[in-house]
Amino acid sequence: MSDPMRIRLQSQAGLTTVKVLMSHEMESGQRRDEDGKIVPIWNIQDVSASLNGRVVMTAEWGGGVSKNPFLQFVIKGTKSGDKVSISWRDSRGDTRTDEALVA
Amino acid sequence: MLTNRRDVLKRSALIAGLMLESLGYIKSAGAYQQKAFDAKSVLELYKSLGLSMPTESKLITLTTPEIAENGAVVQVAANTSIANISRWIFMVEKNPVPLIATFNITEDITPAITLRCKFAQTSDLIAVAQLSDGKVFYAKREVKVTLGGCGG
Repeated sequence: MSDPMRIRLQSQAGLTTVKVLMSHEMESGQRRDEDGKIVPIWNIQDVSASLNGRVVMTAEWGGGVSKNPFLQFVIKGTKSGDKVSISWRDSRGDTRTDEALVA
Repeated sequence: MLTNRRDVLKRSALIAGLMLESLGYIKSAGAYQQKAFDAKSVLELYKSLGLSMPTESKLITLTTPEIAENGAVVQVAANTSIANISRWIFMVEKNPVPLIATFNITEDITPAITLRCKFAQTSDLIAVAQLSDGKVFYAKREVKVTLGGCGG
């Protein structure tokens, strides 16, 4: 099981800025090890964000996203107590979901 | 006719899998656009994503560092005042795999997206905005890289 994501929410006038820091190696599939062998790609492929269980954003990522990915976006029409949840799935089938509440 | 236990198990596992898939719990293997992430050039990428050639737009704003000391972590942001954007496509033109990420934008979020990506060398960041009517626009901005992001 991978480490939890860090999710920070900042709200102003119904707009919530979501900052997510995920913990993942994001191996690009381009790098070679000491023996000159290509290190196989291992990356987060699917990301989704939802507000109170309703999907507001989905994304597909390649190996070109940096290690321990950072993502920021803004959800509209939020109010105090709303639940923001972020999920990812990587190329090995591992998944992780974390949540945060709008202050 | 299913006679032995193994066949019955196999069949029921298959049916359970199909049911989960149809309920949307599992994305079928084809959902992730592997082909687009295999594309080695921007042109190939447009083709595999089924996009027409985008036109350059001043309404797309890219925020990137001018110089990145470390190509492994370059923070980039895209925003636009164009209405009805349905998808962002981020690419780094000269990377071995140009496609970095695609984002499906719903009405519930603003078009502003920030993320960190790898630059193998000095290259343009290209952000393509696909609108719900199928039109595509792009903007690009060069990032100078002094240390590549794919070697280490």
